[in-house]
Amino acid sequence: MATLLKIENLKTQFFTSAGTVKAVDGITYSVEEGETVAIVGESGCGKSVSALSILRLIPWPPGKIVEGSIHFDGKDLLSLDEEAMRNLRGKDISMVFQEPMTSLNPVLTIREQLTETLITHFPISEEEASKKALKLLEMVGISDPDRRLEQYPHHLSGGMRQRVMIAMALSCEPKLIIADEPTTALDVTIQAQILELMKDLTKRLGASLIIITHNLGVVARYADRVNVMYAGKIIETGTALDIYHNPSHPYTLALLKSVPRMDLPRQDKLDPIEGQPPDLTRLDDGCSFRPRCRFAQDGCAHSFPDLEAVSEGHFVACFEKDNLKEQEKVAS
Amino acid sequence: MYKYIVKRILLMFPTLIGAAMLVFFLLRLIPGDVCELRLAGTGLYADPAEIELCRTNLGLNDHIMVQFADFVLGFFILDLGESMWTGKAITFEIGLRFQLSLQVAFMATFVAVIISIPLGVISAVKQDTWIDYVVRTFSIFGIAIPSFWLGIMIILGLLISTQALLGEPWMPPIWYVSPFEDLGANMAQLIWPAVATGYRYSAVATRMTRSALLEVLREDYIRTARAKGLLEKIVINRHALKNSLLPVVTIIGIEFAFLMGGLVVTEQVFNLNGLGKLFVESVLNNDYSMTQALVMIVVTVFVITNFVVDLFYAWLDPRIRYS
Repeated sequence: MATLLKIENLKTQFFTSAGTVKAVDGITYSVEEGETVAIVGESGCGKSVSALSILRLIPWPPGKIVEGSIHFDGKDLLSLDEEAMRNLRGKDISMVFQEPMTSLNPVLTIREQLTETLITHFPISEEEASKKALKLLEMVGISDPDRRLEQYPHHLSGGMRQRVMIAMALSCEPKLIIADEPTTALDVTIQAQILELMKDLTKRLGASLIIITHNLGVVARYADRVNVMYAGKIIETGTALDIYHNPSHPYTLALLKSVPRMDLPRQDKLDPIEGQPPDLTRLDDGCSFRPRCRFAQDGCAHSFPDLEAVSEGHFVACFEKDNLKEQEKVAS
Repeated sequence: MYKYIVKRILLMFPTLIGAAMLVFFLLRLIPGDVCELRLAGTGLYADPAEIELCRTNLGLNDHIMVQFADFVLGFFILDLGESMWTGKAITFEIGLRFQLSLQVAFMATFVAVIISIPLGVISAVKQDTWIDYVVRTFSIFGIAIPSFWLGIMIILGLLISTQALLGEPWMPPIWYVSPFEDLGANMAQLIWPAVATGYRYSAVATRMTRSALLEVLREDYIRTARAKGLLEKIVINRHALKNSLLPVVTIIGIEFAFLMGGLVVTEQVFNLNGLGKLFVESVLNNDYSMTQALVMIVVTVFVITNFVVDLFYAWLDPRIRYS
């Protein structure tokens, strides 16, 4: 498999009156062709900003990509001009957003919103685009697509709107789809349907998928690789199996313990992560998870640990990674 | 949609009746009446019997509810009666001026719309750049400068510049010509008051367009549109503008209705015989019938304008259309 997307040392910062927010602070990862990569972390850890950075949709002011490189399909995205970037957006890289309720324009019909992407990127007539739009709606499992095309977003349920968003994202057969919390705003029963649909369709198109989520269940089921983010940095990366069966960063460990699991004996209570995520305007040199970490040592305050391999393809940024298992046993 | 329109039309009637009651009874609370003013207003001696006779002739001695019924009925059958002051038919007096006021209001609205929407959009898109500052300063001036002063400056400016350029001063014509008779002469007269009032009007609308558009540009669906790779021009015109026009349309509607009766001083400056001037005269003369008729006309214009604004809402926003 060839590498489709390669992000190196990406730093995106927001210059606000309260100080510089280091939303994404030097992340490096890559996505292979046809691969599904999950980015996991709690709210405000920079997941969405890292995704918007790929499309260069960070609003300036106040946000800006200050360092790093993004290579996609042989192109250096950060050095492309605006026009070339625009030709990429929606065509080669498309995005499915979190809020299907507000991410569709309330005053335009589904047809208008579906066909405009096609008309922008391909030399096709309105009529052909409408035909394609109809097929797309069928493909994402919307019944009565003829009628739906002429309707407005407020006629559709949340799940249907997200299906429309997916149809929009797939319309130009992109090489990479970025789904930013695609199911967070939906009912649990709908969530599974939407995820299955995305998995199925990306596989059919041979597209790569980046799923941004805070839902570890999603990760377990759909992701090939997982990047765990904390305070703007990737602190653990590995296959879904690595992350589930051999979590090696205290944050990943805590994250897994804070959600109910069907594959383990029933616990009495869930174990939440104490404390608050750090203020991204005042990060020091040390490990940002230190104040909430049960394994923190004095050394953790001096520098941020590098990502180091614990097994093949499984990297962790923690000084105490080797002691984690023993200490965990002692603690429990 | 059909239900929406019918509902809006039915809602007009309570508003009109409420306004009729207010103007009718409030006017009669003012001390003195038109007969006293006409016969004794100059301080001369007037025979009380004569005043009484005048009142009887004008129907002011009838029971107040009879007078009210007369007025309301007259309004619905479009027979507004005679002016209590001049004795001329009110429909004739108003007819003379209505066309002029309506034309000025339409022209000022046109001026305001073609100025405010492009400026508001540019200002929002170029937020916090020098272009934005220039537009905002321009619109602050528009709000701060009274229309009549701008009117005087326009007339002076025309006189001075034509004197300098053509050798003799030129002034807009002072007699009203119907646009159906001589469009050129009509425009030559009315374009100036339309610009003077349209400028202030545009200033309010520019600020509204700017702030509404800025708000919409932060919406999620704008980000979606950009993520589709659309041209920024299309993102603004197609996705943002339509969503941000609702408050702008409201402001334009209110200002338009206001122009129909509220241009008292500007009419004076440009020597226009419009509704505003007639309004002030009729109030000063305690001319009940004329004042009532004028208020009802302005209220009707307001109500119809609001109806049109509601139709615009429905056109702009499908959520209203389909509710």
